Amino acid sequence: MGTVSVPSNSPTEPDGKPVGRRVVLGLFGVGALGVVFGSKVQNALLRVLAPIESRDPTGLVSLLPLGDTFRYYSVTGSVPQRNAATYRLTVSGLVKRSTTYTLADLHAMPQTQLVRDFQCVTGWRVPQVHWSGVQLSHLLDAAGPLPEATALRLISFDGTDTESLTLEQARRSDVIVALRMLGAPVTHDHGGPVRLYVAPMYGYKSLKWLSGIELTKTVIPGFWEHNGYAVNGWVGRSNGRDDAPIT
Amino acid sequence: MPPSPEEPSNLPRFSRPVRWIHGITALLMIVCIMTAAILYNGSLAVLVGHRLIIERIHVWCGFALPVPLVLGLASRSYRADLRRLNRFTPRDWEWLRSKTRRDGRIRVGKFNAGQKLNGALSTGAIGVLLLTGIVMYLTNVTPLSWRSGATFFHDWFSLALGLLVLGHIGFALRDPVSLRSLRTGRVPLRWARREHAAWVEEMLAEPAGEDS
Repeated sequence: MGTVSVPSNSPTEPDGKPVGRRVVLGLFGVGALGVVFGSKVQNALLRVLAPIESRDPTGLVSLLPLGDTFRYYSVTGSVPQRNAATYRLTVSGLVKRSTTYTLADLHAMPQTQLVRDFQCVTGWRVPQVHWSGVQLSHLLDAAGPLPEATALRLISFDGTDTESLTLEQARRSDVIVALRMLGAPVTHDHGGPVRLYVAPMYGYKSLKWLSGIELTKTVIPGFWEHNGYAVNGWVGRSNGRDDAPIT
Repeated sequence: MPPSPEEPSNLPRFSRPVRWIHGITALLMIVCIMTAAILYNGSLAVLVGHRLIIERIHVWCGFALPVPLVLGLASRSYRADLRRLNRFTPRDWEWLRSKTRRDGRIRVGKFNAGQKLNGALSTGAIGVLLLTGIVMYLTNVTPLSWRSGATFFHDWFSLALGLLVLGHIGFALRDPVSLRSLRTGRVPLRWARREHAAWVEEMLAEPAGEDS
């Protein structure tokens, strides 16, 4: 099939101005400026839109890419739903007393409130999130770690994700088995009904859909650590980032 | 238009290289948009999961997206189409301002001003997404604030380009001749007279020649 070539300056279609090229180069310029100054623009936009978003009954503002908002990550296929009747948390491994808790058991324990940022290793940070739940140290005390136990392996009921903490990290007062966040029970998409919240570390350490805590002899790196993230994921002191620490 | 005894029933509109470049770009673009939707939208992200695989598909299709557009420059017919898309004549501005732009009163060349604008905006947005994507991908090369800025602009440009592509597909779906020409490369003369009168005039005046 033959095609026809046409000179660019045929009499019926005069050359005109190279507007297309100007548009393309203009956009490249906007993009380059965006890389350098984009975070300033983002902060300015957030100041304007955050009060609107919190009162927006339609939820449309939350569809805009504003940055500092939760993004929902899941590393496997569809995650089963667990509710008050079907949820179980097992503490096992190198402990004196293996225990399985229901959601009601966890609710009956002393609850710790935290208002802390949630910082993702990819850059987004949600300021001043309300968290509440049971301190992990409380569950550890109840189980009684054996002397040779030095670390925890945390297991998600999504069937794929795992995490790790040293026993010392797990005993911090700002590490909780969260039952509530953002003023309501932890939703399924946020990793509910029960997830971990490791306040001083990047978000990937705060395992979603927590279903198992296993005490181990050594640290067994979890899913994200096998994919390049630091085992000790301190905010501002790991993964080559310099975010402000969460205190 | 001077009547010609041997008027062809249809005209060659898109050369084979142009069709291939368009097809491959379209495929990569659709994969990028679908994976972007999964990565960005919380409900889809939780529904589909498999974040690492989805992310890798998105990143590599994104890196591949400009490749056919650049390699295509080896083709003369593609370069000729780019030249036409680049140039805006006073008639193009008139066409954009007109409320009755589809009535054929303004004689349109091979591409109308909307198609030219779409080409320029898409190319620019693809470039910006590539640039910001590279900054996001090479996490240890640039300062943190650059990565935040790149992420922010990547999000907004994705949203804008996604809507542009949806509009582009919407216009195409309304015109079966356009859709068929993506496959065959040819359009009926009658359709061309209605949509691209100035181009038809040019084509019938020029002697046909081989092109690569």
